[in-house]
Amino acid sequence: MKKMTAVTGNEALAEALRQINPDVCAAYPITPQTDMMQRFSDFVADGLVDTELMLVESEHSAMSACIGASAGGGRVATATSGPGLALMWEMLYVASGMRCPIVMPVINRALSAPLNIHCDHSDAMGARDSGWIQLWSENAQEAYDNLIMAFRIAEHADIRLPVMVCMDGFIISHSLGVMEFLADDVVRKFVGDFTPQDALLDIGRPVSYGPLIVTDQYHEYKKAQNDIMSSVFDVAADVATAFENISGRHYGLFETYKLEDAEIGIVVLNSAAGTCKDMIDEAREDGVKIGLLKPRLFRPFPYGPIGDALEHLKVICVLDRSDSFGAFAPLFSEIAASLYPRANRPFLINRIYGLGGRDFMPEHVASVINEMIEITGHKTTVLPKKYISLRQ
Amino acid sequence: MTTSLKLKDLSKKEMLLAPGHRMCQGCGAAIVVKMVLLAIDKPVVACSPTGCLEVTTCISDYTAWKIPWIHSAFENAAATMAGVETMYRALKKRGKISQDISFVVFAGDGGTYDIGLQSLSGAMERGHDMLYICYDNGAYMNTGTQRSGATPFGASTTTSPAGSSVPGKMQHRKDITRIMAAHNIPYVAQASPSHHLDLMRKIQKAMSISGPKFINILSPCHRGWRSKSDDAIALSRLAVNTCYWPLFEMDNGKTQLTHTPKEKLPLKDFLRPQGRFAHLFRPENEWIIEQSQTQIDADWNAMIGAGAGASGVIEE
Amino acid sequence: MKTKLINQSNCRPVITEPGNSALLKTGTWRTLEPVLNKEHCINCLLCWLYCPDMSVIVRDGKVEGFDMDYCKGCGICALECHGKKGEKAILMRKEEKE
Repeated sequence: MKKMTAVTGNEALAEALRQINPDVCAAYPITPQTDMMQRFSDFVADGLVDTELMLVESEHSAMSACIGASAGGGRVATATSGPGLALMWEMLYVASGMRCPIVMPVINRALSAPLNIHCDHSDAMGARDSGWIQLWSENAQEAYDNLIMAFRIAEHADIRLPVMVCMDGFIISHSLGVMEFLADDVVRKFVGDFTPQDALLDIGRPVSYGPLIVTDQYHEYKKAQNDIMSSVFDVAADVATAFENISGRHYGLFETYKLEDAEIGIVVLNSAAGTCKDMIDEAREDGVKIGLLKPRLFRPFPYGPIGDALEHLKVICVLDRSDSFGAFAPLFSEIAASLYPRANRPFLINRIYGLGGRDFMPEHVASVINEMIEITGHKTTVLPKKYISLRQ
Repeated sequence: MTTSLKLKDLSKKEMLLAPGHRMCQGCGAAIVVKMVLLAIDKPVVACSPTGCLEVTTCISDYTAWKIPWIHSAFENAAATMAGVETMYRALKKRGKISQDISFVVFAGDGGTYDIGLQSLSGAMERGHDMLYICYDNGAYMNTGTQRSGATPFGASTTTSPAGSSVPGKMQHRKDITRIMAAHNIPYVAQASPSHHLDLMRKIQKAMSISGPKFINILSPCHRGWRSKSDDAIALSRLAVNTCYWPLFEMDNGKTQLTHTPKEKLPLKDFLRPQGRFAHLFRPENEWIIEQSQTQIDADWNAMIGAGAGASGVIEE
Repeated sequence: MKTKLINQSNCRPVITEPGNSALLKTGTWRTLEPVLNKEHCINCLLCWLYCPDMSVIVRDGKVEGFDMDYCKGCGICALECHGKKGEKAILMRKEEKE
């Protein structure tokens, strides 16, 4: 019988880290991630893990230490949010370029200025080109499952790349949700032992990490990184299959909800998908043929399969919880790119919601559903990009 | 058992920095690294931030390092090394590593005094078992001699050029050695390659102490100092003998001079051979030399007055 | 400097051959070359210690000559040479290039 537990997202992730018991964790406190690393610190203090916990003086040093520790030859994790991720920016590229399989929960938070500690996706979207694999999670269960799978993907012999697991700050990190934990031994067996590659601490086989690479090789290094990222799709799918065998929970590269016979659809990341699904159920009762697509793997981005899943729709609203000022928002751009090569392209609109923790309510979903219905009936011409739930 | 520092004995040791590195001819930093590695007799992992030493010792498919070595970025050598050292402790605790390994950072003054200071301060405060060596050449030499927090007062650099209205750098050097000492770490010292026995003894002493250690080593750069390719040792000797670069150590907080010049030479003797100070010898700029000399005398006298007089002068 | 072609299978900026910089002969940088006169050498080995390019060859505590594959001709060895009775054992001279 399944044992369901009510926990916050941060508790769920801290619990996954306890079960995995990495060799080294380096972290710096930042809201809303703090509460997770505090819980993990309790595990260290109480001897429930024997991870070496480095409490560094900045996120920049956290990521630098993770790189050193990972190159050293062991399993490494950290976690951060918003400005903390921004401070790591330079080192994110170093971590991926050096092929360090570091795993990092990102508890999504807005970026300053103005200062704001609440949820949006500007942090992780700012890091989308950093060479990190990105898994996105709707709720505590998905974040927990993604975090466990992240170690298998990151450390896979053909991949050896860092992974960030994104989860909405406060909305999920600090809210109680019902979920199921796996047993400690099941998680440990699933994640397995860490296999070092070119360990810096192998003193009998000295290696040099981090050469200066000039114009005759750098271009090929980056192309090769792209090729490795492109092989993540298969590995992530295989890991998800293995995970389904231990958990009974199925994960694709993205999730679809009532999409097959739909005429209009919503594309959205993370927790807002839950609200959307409820409203889709209501609209379906009214006879509206609507569905949803929620990307799970955002980097690398599965353009082909997502295009396949969406191309039959007439209208799609892409909801973005981050922005690119004066341009379309990141998720919209990817969906547009997925559909551009298709003969029949759905009509696309981009709606920005929830910046800096602005509530995303059922009525906001209803408004975009109505908008799509109107577009379907050619009753309106619309701005391609708009902000919803603005104060008037 | 520590290695004998007799040169005849040392010359039989394997050199852990290979030739073929791309340091400039006559580079002081290369000499410093060589002396440090000769003095160390334990398995060691090294780390360098971005800088001269890093770009010249590890390029494309080639490395001059015969020991494990890592570079990750410019401002974070101490944090990177701290990560390696922490992984070492983790793997040792879990029975995956059995050997004893030591950790050494080789960083320039830019990566130490300036952009790397936060990372260094954090690593020292956390007590990682590492020896952090600053090879101090007094400017950003890798990028073409821009002024740093280590550039001496009055020096002309490419970003503090001696012009008709500003005569070079108008700020004094940051006293990084004392800043590190203020972290109350067990061992802090200053050394010079001209006094190799003193330098190597300090390295051996530092390596015998667990916890964070910091040694600042003068590292002449004739390209940035605008001097000659053969004078790295001669200039570092003058730096010591003018008391511009006093040799001392702070062993658990106790400051001790390790060398007293037989004759304390005027600062001018150190400045004159260097093109970066040439403008100071014009009459309108002599006040800069006078002010620098006054500062050096005051610092030196304060050190002697505080009871830091040399207990045993090491003869070279 | 010949460099390898990078692809998906070797895309790791890690060098696994310690000290292979020795394959790069920096002796070509030189314009001045050191000349050893063993008669004036007291084998203090300071030249060996100070050489930034590991180019002073010492065997059994005696200076044997220079490794011209790597010597960049900086002249530190000559400047620092004590020699014997005021006569330096190392002098720099302009190198005759073939």
